[in-house]
Amino acid sequence: MRALLLIICLLGSGFAFGATGEVKLDRANIDLRDAVSIQRGAKVFVNYCLNCHAASYMRYNRLTDLGLSEQQILDNLISSDAKIGETMTVAMREEDAKNWFGVAPPDLSVIARSRGADWLYTYLRSFYRDESTVTGWNNPVFPNAAMPHVLWRLQGIQRLHVVEGGDHGQPHSELVLETPGTMSAQAYDEMVRDLVAYLTYMAEPVSVQRARVGVVVLLFLGLMIVMTWLLKREYWKDVH
Amino acid sequence: MADNIEQIGSNQATGAGGDSGGASVDKNRRRTLIAWTGAAGAVAGIGIAVPFVMSMFPSERARAAGAPVEVDLSKIEPGMMITEEWRGKPVWVLHRTDGMIERVPRTDDVVADPGSRQPMQPDYARNELRSIKPNYLVLVGICTHLGCSPSQKLEVGEASGLGADWNGGFFCPCHGSKFDLAGRVFKGAPAPSNLEVPPHTYLSDTRLLIGEDSKRG
Amino acid sequence: MGPMNALVNWIDERFPLTSTFKQHLSEYYAPKNFNFWYFFGALSLLVLVIQIVTGIFLTMHYKPDADQAFASVEYIMRDVPWGWLIRYVHSTGASMFFLVVYLHMFRALLYGSYRKPRELLWILGMLIYLCLMAEAFFGYLLPWGQMSYWGAQVIVNLFAAVPFIGPDLAVWIRGDYVVSDATLNRFFAFHVIAVPLVLLGLVAAHILALHEVGSNNPDGIEIKKKKDPATGVPLDGIPFHPYYTVKDTFGVAVFLAVFTAIVFFAPEMGGYFLEHNNFVPADPLKTPAHIAPVWYFTPFYSILRAVPPMFGSQFPGVLAMGAAVVIMFLLPWLDRSPVKSIRYRGSLYKWALALFVVAFLVLGYLGTKPTNVWGQFGPWLGGADRATVVARVFTIVYFLFFVLMPWYTRVDKTKPEPERVTS
Repeated sequence: MRALLLIICLLGSGFAFGATGEVKLDRANIDLRDAVSIQRGAKVFVNYCLNCHAASYMRYNRLTDLGLSEQQILDNLISSDAKIGETMTVAMREEDAKNWFGVAPPDLSVIARSRGADWLYTYLRSFYRDESTVTGWNNPVFPNAAMPHVLWRLQGIQRLHVVEGGDHGQPHSELVLETPGTMSAQAYDEMVRDLVAYLTYMAEPVSVQRARVGVVVLLFLGLMIVMTWLLKREYWKDVH
Repeated sequence: MADNIEQIGSNQATGAGGDSGGASVDKNRRRTLIAWTGAAGAVAGIGIAVPFVMSMFPSERARAAGAPVEVDLSKIEPGMMITEEWRGKPVWVLHRTDGMIERVPRTDDVVADPGSRQPMQPDYARNELRSIKPNYLVLVGICTHLGCSPSQKLEVGEASGLGADWNGGFFCPCHGSKFDLAGRVFKGAPAPSNLEVPPHTYLSDTRLLIGEDSKRG
Repeated sequence: MGPMNALVNWIDERFPLTSTFKQHLSEYYAPKNFNFWYFFGALSLLVLVIQIVTGIFLTMHYKPDADQAFASVEYIMRDVPWGWLIRYVHSTGASMFFLVVYLHMFRALLYGSYRKPRELLWILGMLIYLCLMAEAFFGYLLPWGQMSYWGAQVIVNLFAAVPFIGPDLAVWIRGDYVVSDATLNRFFAFHVIAVPLVLLGLVAAHILALHEVGSNNPDGIEIKKKKDPATGVPLDGIPFHPYYTVKDTFGVAVFLAVFTAIVFFAPEMGGYFLEHNNFVPADPLKTPAHIAPVWYFTPFYSILRAVPPMFGSQFPGVLAMGAAVVIMFLLPWLDRSPVKSIRYRGSLYKWALALFVVAFLVLGYLGTKPTNVWGQFGPWLGGADRATVVARVFTIVYFLFFVLMPWYTRVDKTKPEPERVTS
């Protein structure tokens, strides 16, 4: 009974988790047919994400979807001794991860399907310096996230500035780039876009093929509709 | 069934349809339409069946698990044999000594298929020694009779327990099939054919890849 | 006599092949004035077949194990050849099943198809609907995502609200103190064998009952009353085969176009068919921010939330949700109108039905949202959530549709029914 009441209360109150709903998300504008962008994203993913996050449902040889040969995948995207048909696992043990980060880094295979591309795109660009947190970083999209800003050397260091009296006289905050990184803001956004394109591809590698099959199926069904309609009309000439 | 529909359709026009006018029915047009829709339906049926049938073939996981296995030959001393697992089956790699190679032709008269006519090996291993390199014999270690794994009897003569004239080979403990040092089955054994030679290829002098005919790409 | 006929004769001497074909197809006389709304019975049957076939193939790869279930679904989506298609057809089929069944039921409301002599047909249909809800509920746990897990947790906890035995009942259903591997395993058993068996039996009974009493039609009059004296065939009836088989084939083609468009271009349907949070593996220690059932349950879920706890118990809400379903069983006896079809009913019923549909849709919409979706009323209403107040109003409308039905259908000004069906 108490569990039920608790759950009903949680539902009833709307129970905002973190403040995810409050931040306006930027559009990622990814293109899943742009294999080159996804390839670049894959490179970023294996270099920066795959050290801590696994993608344990994604097989390396699946990347042949992107027009890469198995040898290219082996040479450019596999740094461990993983075989081409294996999935993207990490060497880090889960207990170690919990010790280091407080939580085990989640598997990223389908993260784009739960979070959405726009969320990921905004999140990865919104880290700011915050000395009060354990990691020294914070993020308005996912406050107090356990993940530090892995890409900070590339993006640089942002800070959160509170602006008094904005559009409606309400104080609001905005991110300001304080120390530039090795990449320009534009190049960094492009790189994150590639990474998000890769994450979205990886969450459902079949999506492009799915739509292609769908076109054929619908064309065929269009034909079926015409034929069955003619058949129906012919038979129903009997009925008055 | 098409005839059946036709028949009932035309009966309808004149009979049971209440106040249906009994207008003349263009039987040909109906037959044609039925044929076209039926054909499209058959195409649809095949199209629907394809994904279901395909889904029962080995998955990517099964393919990855059955991927080719690499063996370092430098670790196998002459006269020694190692067993590797490939696609869940034991695969033997025997480093034959020159003595062993010499003994293989001696069994030509007693084995059932000395010329390896049955396709139990890739073409490149269809020779007397049933191997690419004379020194290395690669075999699937499963008896072609009922699937037991034969045991090594590499010794010669009485020491093997198989009689004084034994030239070395393999002996299946289940039903007594005997194979020589090229995996060829002895006449009169229950096993119907020679031991299978799996696809294999040499990546270098000391690296053997089991499960693939030649390196891709 | 050709070999085909010889074979049919051989079978007929041993099995009622031809007579069954005649009884249920070529000499089953259906009213000739079926309209758009009469497609959905056949389409429900089609979706049932689709679900069974895709379900069998999913069972070949799915693992009903709390440690492996989520991974096995992704395995189907990635590693099994064409597994993604089979899975998407099954997940889309679940929603499409409810869509066509709701339209099928709405047809009955439009034309009074539940009225005498079709009361049992209606009850069998309602039992199918209950089975379908159970089937959907059990099946939704299987992907073992966060929504699977917490949805099951919430629904099972509803049983905990039953007075006295509730907590024990909930534990018994789960086979554990929380939703766990034991729960997953039994839900799997119910989903893949127990409920489908009952469902198939009920569907067969539903069709047999229909063919016993004959189909209703948009005019709500009995075509059996006017028969050709010579043949005994209803004057307004046409053989189901070939006329409705060809018509339904056309309907199937159109329906499949819609169905496959969803499967191939929007399998998640914006989070309504496959919820975003269900791509996060189940975590018993972390409740998602917002739990909503899948859309086909949300009208009832809204009713559950709308009823405030009474006497410190949530049971009244649970009871109201159950009553919202059970009350539909009583329709044949609540409706006292002299006519069946909406075509000859008065404005009272038309308004009542329109309000009911609005209530159902609004409740359905609100059930997918948190209760603060529309903000709060001012202090004059105690700062209550607007959505909750609206849900309460429409919950009352929902029940009044049924409770007041004996009254408004009797006093309604009806038009005379025609002698023969109109087009």
